[in-house]
Amino acid sequence: MMFDQLAFFAVVLISMTSLVLLIGQDWRVSISALALQYLGVFELVGLSWSLELAAVKLVAGWMAGAVLGMALLGIPDEARKGERLVLGSVLFRLLTAGLVWLVAFSIAPQLSARIPGIKYEQVLGGIILIGMGLLQLGLTALPLRITIGLLTVLSGFEILYAVVETSTLVSGLLAGVSLGLALVGAYLLTIPTMEEIE
Amino acid sequence: MSTAFIWILFPGFLAGVLLFLQRWERAVTVLATLSATLLAGLAWWLPVKEQFFIGPWTLDMVDTWSIMGRRFILGPNDRPALVILYLTAAFWCGAAYLARPGRVFVPLALGIVALMTAAISVEPFLYAALLIEISILLSVPFLVSHGRPVGRGILRYITLQSLGVPFILFSGWMLAGVEASPGDQVLIQQASVLLGLGFAFFLAIFPFHTWIPMLAEEAHPYAIGFVLLLLPGAISFFGLGFLDRYSWLRTSQTTYSMLRLFGVLTVVIGGIWAAFQRHLGKMLGYSVVVEIGFSMTAISLGGGTHSGSLEVFFASLLPRGLGLGVWALALTIIRNQTKGLLFRDVQGVARHAPVAATALILAHFSIAGLPLLAGFPVRLALWEGLAQISLTAVFWALLGNIGLLIGGLRTLAVLVMGPSDEKWQLTESWKEQAYLLVGIGALLVVGLFPQWFLPLFANMPQAFDQLIP
Repeated sequence: MMFDQLAFFAVVLISMTSLVLLIGQDWRVSISALALQYLGVFELVGLSWSLELAAVKLVAGWMAGAVLGMALLGIPDEARKGERLVLGSVLFRLLTAGLVWLVAFSIAPQLSARIPGIKYEQVLGGIILIGMGLLQLGLTALPLRITIGLLTVLSGFEILYAVVETSTLVSGLLAGVSLGLALVGAYLLTIPTMEEIE
Repeated sequence: MSTAFIWILFPGFLAGVLLFLQRWERAVTVLATLSATLLAGLAWWLPVKEQFFIGPWTLDMVDTWSIMGRRFILGPNDRPALVILYLTAAFWCGAAYLARPGRVFVPLALGIVALMTAAISVEPFLYAALLIEISILLSVPFLVSHGRPVGRGILRYITLQSLGVPFILFSGWMLAGVEASPGDQVLIQQASVLLGLGFAFFLAIFPFHTWIPMLAEEAHPYAIGFVLLLLPGAISFFGLGFLDRYSWLRTSQTTYSMLRLFGVLTVVIGGIWAAFQRHLGKMLGYSVVVEIGFSMTAISLGGGTHSGSLEVFFASLLPRGLGLGVWALALTIIRNQTKGLLFRDVQGVARHAPVAATALILAHFSIAGLPLLAGFPVRLALWEGLAQISLTAVFWALLGNIGLLIGGLRTLAVLVMGPSDEKWQLTESWKEQAYLLVGIGALLVVGLFPQWFLPLFANMPQAFDQLIP
C-alpha cells in the first residue's frame, strides 16, 4: 500500500537523478544521485515484490555506489577528473533527456497494456531509466560514466522484469551482476594508477 | 553427491583459493592445470546417475542440484561438453606460464569455466544469460594492463555484452507467452526481435562485433584468445538451448534464414576487414568474427530437418580451439620479441622467431580453412551443406573466407620480409618451441586424419534432443 502511494514520487525521483547523472560533473554528486536512484528503483520494484526481496535491489545498488565511491577516493585527483561539459553540451544533454522522457511517456501506455500486472509508474520508471542509461552510454567513453550508464540501464530493466519474475535466484544473480559491474568499474578506474607489472 | 559439486562448485571454489595464492604463479598454474585435466577425465569416465564405491564408502552420483527453487543439471548428455570445457581450461592454463598473461589469468580462467559449466546446466536455462554475464565481468581483470589507460575496446566489450542480458531475459518471458498462445503473431515477432537482439549483442554479430578487434588490439593476445574461444562457444550452446526448447522457433524457416543471413554477413564483414588489417591482434579478432559467422551458418544448415548441421557445428569446436590456441600463443611470443603487433613492428620476425611465425601462419590458414590443416574438413562440410541451400550464400561466405586468406598471405609476406643479409636463427626458448611444435603437429594431424578426431564430437548433438530428428 505504501509503495502504491509513493510510486509517482519514485518516478519523479529517478527522472531527476538520471538527469543529474547525465549532466553532473562532480563524482560526489553522481554517486549520491546513483544512491538516490536506487531508492526509487526499490520503491518501484516493491510494487511487485515483497519488501525483503525488493530491499535486495536497494542494498546491491548502494553497495555498487559505495564500491565506486571508494575506488574514486583511492585514486589521485588528476585521475578523478571527468569530462568538462561546456554550456552547449549541457543543453544538448538536456534536450536529448527531454526526448527520452517524451518517448517514455509515449510508449508507456502501450507497454503497460502488454505486460500483465504491471503498473503505469513501473513502465514509465523503467523506460526512463533504460533510455537515460543508453543516452549516458552513447555520450561518454569514461569508465565511471559507462559503469553508471550500465547500472542505470540494468535498474530500468530490473523494474520491468520484477513484474514478470519473482525468483529469489534471479534476484540474487541480478544483484550479483550489479555488484560485478560496480567492481569492474572500480577496477577500471584504479588500474591506470597502479604500477605496471611485468 | 551431485555432479554440480564436481564440475561447478569445486572448480569455482578452487578458483577462489588460487586467486589468493597468485603470488606463487608456477604452483597455481600446475594446480589449475592438473585440476582441469582431472575434471575432464572425470567427465569422460565417471558414471552419472549410478552408485559407485570408493573403499568402504558408497557414492550416489545424481545429476541434479537444486538451489533456491532452480536446478543445475549435468547429465550423461552433457559429458562431451564438460570434457571439452575442462580440456580447454587445462590447455590454456598449462601454457599460461609460458605466455604470462598476468597472475590473475589462471584462477579467473578456471572460475570462468566453472561459470560456463553452470550456464549450460541451469534450469530454467534462461538464467544462463546472467551466469554468462558474470563470467564476462570476471574476465575483465586479465584483459586490462596495470598502469596503462583503459582502452575503448574493454569498455565496449562490457557495454555490448551487458546490454544483451536484458534482451535475453525479457525475450525468455515473452517466449513463454508464445508457448501459451502460439497464434499471437505480434507476440512472436516481438519475442523474435528481442531474442535476436540479445544474441546479436552476446555473440558479437554484425554490427555489434566492433569490440572484438578493438579488444584484440589492446589486450594480451593469450588472454583475449581464451575469451574469444570460450565465450562464443558457450553462448552458441545457450542459443541451441533456445532452439531445442521452443518448438515454434526451431520449426520456423525464418529462424534458419535469419541465422544464415546474419552468419554470412558476419563472415563477409570479418573477412573483408581481415584482408585490410595491419595489426596482428586485430587480425586474430577478425578471424574470430569470421568463425562466429560460420558457426551461425552451420547451425542454420539443418533448417530443423536433419542433425548434420549440428554435427558440423560441434565438429568445428576442435579446429577452432586448436587454431586459436596456437595463434594466441604464437602471437604472444612474437609480441614479447617486438615493440608491438603492427605490421611495421613485426617485419622480418620469421627470421629470428621462425617457429612462432610458422605456427601463427598455419593457425591463421587453418581457421581460414586451407586444405591439409585442421579447419579444412569441417569447412568443406559446411560449404557442401550451404551449397545445397543457397549458392548466393556460398558466394558471399567464400568472399569473406578469401578475405581472411588474403589477410594470412599479407601476414606471411610481412613476417618473412626483411634485409637479405639478416640471418635466420631460432630465438624462441625450447619450451616455447615445444609448445608451438606440438600445436603445429596437432593442426596438421587433425587436418590429415579428421576421421580419428571428429567422431569424438558425434554424440554432442544428443544434448539437444529436440534438434535431432
